Amino acid sequence: MNLTLRVWRQKDQSDKGRMVTYKVEDVSPDMSFLEMLDVLNERLILEGDDPIAFDHDCREGICGMCGMVINGVAHGEQRATTTCQLHMRHFEDGAEITIEPWRAAPFPVVKDLVVDRSAFDRIIQAGGFVSVPAGSAPDAHSVPVRKEDADAAFDAATCIGCGACVAACPNGSASLFTAAKITHLSLLPQGQPERLSRAKAMVDQMDAEGFGGCTNTGECTAVCPKGIPLDAIAQMNSDYLKANAK
Amino acid sequence: MAVTGAVMVSFLVLHMLGNLKIFFGRDSFNEYAHWLRTLLEPFAPYRTVLTILEIGLVVAVVLHMWAAISLSRRAGKARPVKYVARKSQANGYATHIMRWGGVTIVLFVIWHLLDLTFGVVNPEGFNSAPADRMISGFDPSRWWVTLIYFVAVVMVGMHLRHGIWSAFQTLGWANRDRNKALRATAGLVSIVLVIGFLLPPLAITFGVVK
Ligand code: HEM
Ligand code: SF4
Ligand code: FES
Repeated sequence: MNLTLRVWRQKDQSDKGRMVTYKVEDVSPDMSFLEMLDVLNERLILEGDDPIAFDHDCREGICGMCGMVINGVAHGEQRATTTCQLHMRHFEDGAEITIEPWRAAPFPVVKDLVVDRSAFDRIIQAGGFVSVPAGSAPDAHSVPVRKEDADAAFDAATCIGCGACVAACPNGSASLFTAAKITHLSLLPQGQPERLSRAKAMVDQMDAEGFGGCTNTGECTAVCPKGIPLDAIAQMNSDYLKANAK
Repeated sequence: MAVTGAVMVSFLVLHMLGNLKIFFGRDSFNEYAHWLRTLLEPFAPYRTVLTILEIGLVVAVVLHMWAAISLSRRAGKARPVKYVARKSQANGYATHIMRWGGVTIVLFVIWHLLDLTFGVVNPEGFNSAPADRMISGFDPSRWWVTLIYFVAVVMVGMHLRHGIWSAFQTLGWANRDRNKALRATAGLVSIVLVIGFLLPPLAITFGVVK
């Protein structure tokens, strides 16, 4: 396959940045999207150019590092797939592909396609934990959990913190991420004591970071590689309203 | 947005039911309009209750607009650099036109008040019975007025289809089990309102109600 890439290049935080066009030839349809970029980067290095910086770690869809906006869609058009799990067979030979970093004020571009997602860490630090003595693991059945709650909590817990929800949201809201991190604890017995204070602290931190407000457009859940449902946001709103009513 | 929206939706339901009175004749409609103005009389002077309701409605409209504007401004600040390419993945035309839809509805309501409330752009003028204003306003010769109302009411319907469901989300009522029912409710309320609002003008323009 031969492709034309239009990639966002930006030297550092102070650089204005611009789109640069590259031709990539002999791409195998079996390559992952990141491998295709690796091939381009090797060539750029040989030619004495600066390789395109992009984040990645596990390359198996579980760490959440590899976000980029591909042809206007966070992680590309393939549903429920991280960029590292996206394969070139989903593109046509001769295609032109636009690649941009996540765009959000709380996610400043560090270089090229790499953004700083520390804002997410601060939201987690604000309340995304349970205060329990962490000794040896307790017996699995010592605290009974309804099957439905366990399933819903587990679904929410699959969030890998990639930030695609923010990137896709027309409001630049981090509601889906924050909601996932709140509900995976608030549905379980261990999460109950801090349920309301957690929701309040995390939502307030999310707002303080400069993320936009949610208008329930559903763009986030459509691009989320883990398919976190919008219900999580309703659950978060419910806890947050209760916390404020107190 | 959710609470002020709910106030407006309640108003729309009552307003729609009131409009349907035109099918029971001009007198029935005029009596209803009179009744609105004489609610709780003689305990409260003429038009007290109606004025209070109107003030509540205006407050809801203003707060709703204020919330929409601050959300848009926050959104603008949260994404200072725009995407070169952007492709929506969520389905729903209704969701995408909320902001412009809202602006369109405001423009329509201004026209609508000048027409049927103040009679400025109505053939009957201000000093006329509400039913006469309505029937002359949608006279077959003024088919374009009906067309404006048609477009505006459909716009209101789309605004509500997303808006009502969004309010359920915001208030935290939505969950896995209820989602289907809540979406259906939002759709149903919107469709009933659209049909209920469109029946009187269409019936008048097509000569069913004279
Ligand atoms: C085809 C649809 C509609 C018809 C035939 C209609 C008819 C009327 C009439 C006859 C009045 C004056 C009533 C009176 O003087 O007692 C009125 C008032 C009003 N209408 Fe409509 N209307 C329609 C749709 C709408 C919609 C969609 C909205 C809002 C989004 C709206 C908002 C208002 C408002 C705010 C008033 C003033 C209420 C008040 O002063 O108490 N109307 N309408
Ligand atoms: S909610 Fe989904 S899109 Fe958002 S950070 Fe978590 S995994 Fe990524
Ligand atoms: S590199 Fe870890 S999820 Fe893609």
